[in-house]
Amino acid sequence: MLEIKDLHASVDGKEILRGINLEVKAGEVHAIMGPNGSGKSTLASVIAGKEEYEVEKGQILLDGQDIEELAAEERAHKGVFLSFQYPVEIPGVSVTNFIKTAINETRKAKGLEDMPAKDMLKMIREKAELLEIDRKFLSRSLNEGFSGGEKKRNEIFQMAMLEPKLAILDETDSGLDIDALRIVANGVNKLKSKDNAVIVITHYQRLLDHIVPDFVHVLYNGRIVKSGTKELAHELEEKGYDWIKEEVGA
Amino acid sequence: MSKYTEDDLREELKTKEYEYGFYTDIESETFPIGLNEDIVRAISKKKEEPEWMTEWRLEAFKAWKEMTEPEWANVHYKKPDFQAIAYYSAPVAIDPNKTLDDVDPDLLAMYKKLGISVDEQKMMNNVAMDIVVDSVSVATTFKKTLGEKGIIFMSISEAIKEHPELVKKYLGTVVPQKDNFYAALNSAVFSDGSFCYIPKGVRCPMELSTYFRINQAGTGQFERTLLIADEGSYVSYLEGCTAPSRDENQLHAAVVELIALDDAEIKYSTVQNWYPGNAEGKGGVYNFVTKRGLCETNAKISWTQVETGSAVTWKYPSCILKGDNSVGEFYSIAVTNNYQQADTGTKMIHLGKNTKSTIISKGISAGKSQNSYRGLVQISSRADNARNFSQCDSLLMGNECGAHTFPYIEVKNKSAQIEHEATTSKIGEDQIFYCNQRGIETEKAIALIVNGFSKEVLNKLPMEFAVEAQKLLEISLEGSVG
Repeated sequence: MLEIKDLHASVDGKEILRGINLEVKAGEVHAIMGPNGSGKSTLASVIAGKEEYEVEKGQILLDGQDIEELAAEERAHKGVFLSFQYPVEIPGVSVTNFIKTAINETRKAKGLEDMPAKDMLKMIREKAELLEIDRKFLSRSLNEGFSGGEKKRNEIFQMAMLEPKLAILDETDSGLDIDALRIVANGVNKLKSKDNAVIVITHYQRLLDHIVPDFVHVLYNGRIVKSGTKELAHELEEKGYDWIKEEVGA
Repeated sequence: MSKYTEDDLREELKTKEYEYGFYTDIESETFPIGLNEDIVRAISKKKEEPEWMTEWRLEAFKAWKEMTEPEWANVHYKKPDFQAIAYYSAPVAIDPNKTLDDVDPDLLAMYKKLGISVDEQKMMNNVAMDIVVDSVSVATTFKKTLGEKGIIFMSISEAIKEHPELVKKYLGTVVPQKDNFYAALNSAVFSDGSFCYIPKGVRCPMELSTYFRINQAGTGQFERTLLIADEGSYVSYLEGCTAPSRDENQLHAAVVELIALDDAEIKYSTVQNWYPGNAEGKGGVYNFVTKRGLCETNAKISWTQVETGSAVTWKYPSCILKGDNSVGEFYSIAVTNNYQQADTGTKMIHLGKNTKSTIISKGISAGKSQNSYRGLVQISSRADNARNFSQCDSLLMGNECGAHTFPYIEVKNKSAQIEHEATTSKIGEDQIFYCNQRGIETEKAIALIVNGFSKEVLNKLPMEFAVEAQKLLEISLEGSVG
């Protein structure tokens, strides 16, 4: 589904990704771990199409199609979803209004009519229940005054509504208490299928206890320096990143 | 990755030109340019006005000659040459005795272009309309339906003839002839406008609406609106404005006077979309307007305005809270783009006891525009327990525009409670990217963010017009973020 080949990317002339290779197939969950500043969030932004990141070299293929020329919204229409580490506030725009706009814009791009209000309502109810979100929450301004946990839950709610092909969860566990973590992870697990894929970006093992990855990659200095199975995550939790830095540095 | 280049931006703007910028070729009768006593007399004569009205105009003209244009507003423009403007222009096809069916088909076609087919308005919407093109009121629909309730809704020219006692009693009582430079000019030369009277205890069953349009080149529009809500009555009134695209600046100096007698309520909404000039700042309407309402005991006046047009706007819809327990409200969205300049706000004058006022102002600046809020809250010494809440929010797009806030507060009574809040924010690239990532393209994202920002005010508009206003906001800001 997603194929990244020798990807180099920079921001403000500073190279951050220095040759990433990654293949994610439908039905898989990949975890990307690594110390601060290793380029994890940059990788997420580059896949999603954030403008200030310049792709210097390499390719990002989605279902075999090079997406470099596509704007962020076009990538979203193709099923790329990014759960933000720091979701932004949009005052005066309710959670419901925002997701309704997102869904209908995506449908419009595919030449479909707006989703009938009845169906939309039904879907919102279903997905809100899945993530244990109450009705009042849906009428609040997007992310305005939300706690860290509410913000992340809202991100996963949007993911549930948009039903993406490829979901990238950027530090979704940060700011979550243990209950919220369980709810969010539970939601993601229920949304997983053989037709979609999830990339989980995280510092810590604890989220991976709930969302079990098929593969774990360690990103360091803009490269994937080690890949393995979920055992690798345990090893990192135990020993930290220093041994990897040494291995690479050598 | 696709970039939004200069060329894209230009292409975008090309398609977003002022939608109402057409000129309809209707035969017009226009007075020679320039202003003197003879012109004032001629206007009055043309309109077959009684002697007292002519004298009233001349008095205003005399005062105006001694006055100078105000310069305190935060706007910069080439002063209009008042001797280079024609002060009267009327489509000749109009005969007040004709019914709608007899109206010049070109005129009717123009309304259609404006999206306000009179027939449709009649049938579909519960809206009574008066349409003022250039200087003359063209058609007042629904007159009969309203008449049954004793509501008078007609052009001010007709009212001067048919209801002189009401006009004489109230005209100039809220905005005196000598109030300010533009009000004095308007008082001398106003050519038409709307008049409305709601009798005691009557709740006006429909929205009343006036539609203004400047058509003829080199003319100014000076309309006068006088609205009287008698004791215990209620009315909701809406005015909309457009003008064709022209390279020269057109002058619009209107006066609106509202009188809410005891226990009456007036809701006055404006959607102003005069031609703003082109992207280089050439042309556009100078919108110098005086709007003021007077509240007697327990009365309420609520101003709601959506200002997206005009090259220069100078406008402060105000409330004089004369009666005890009276309430004044001002809800405003002002959008400026390209080289537009707006200096707008309100004055809340608290004279009575327990008077209350609310001010919510939302300024949105894009391009190279300047957007100022200017407001006065005045509590007089005998206004015990007066309360005011003001909130002024500014939203900036890009790095070349400006937002300014000039709040003035004068309090002479210790029991007053006054709150003022102000915020300034910028549409961030992060917000746009967030929307993009959810499949919402940039233009739509801006519209969404702007609508969210303006929501408190949009909610105050009558339903039918809220949708229109929302669309207008989108059109005004399209292509403003590259």
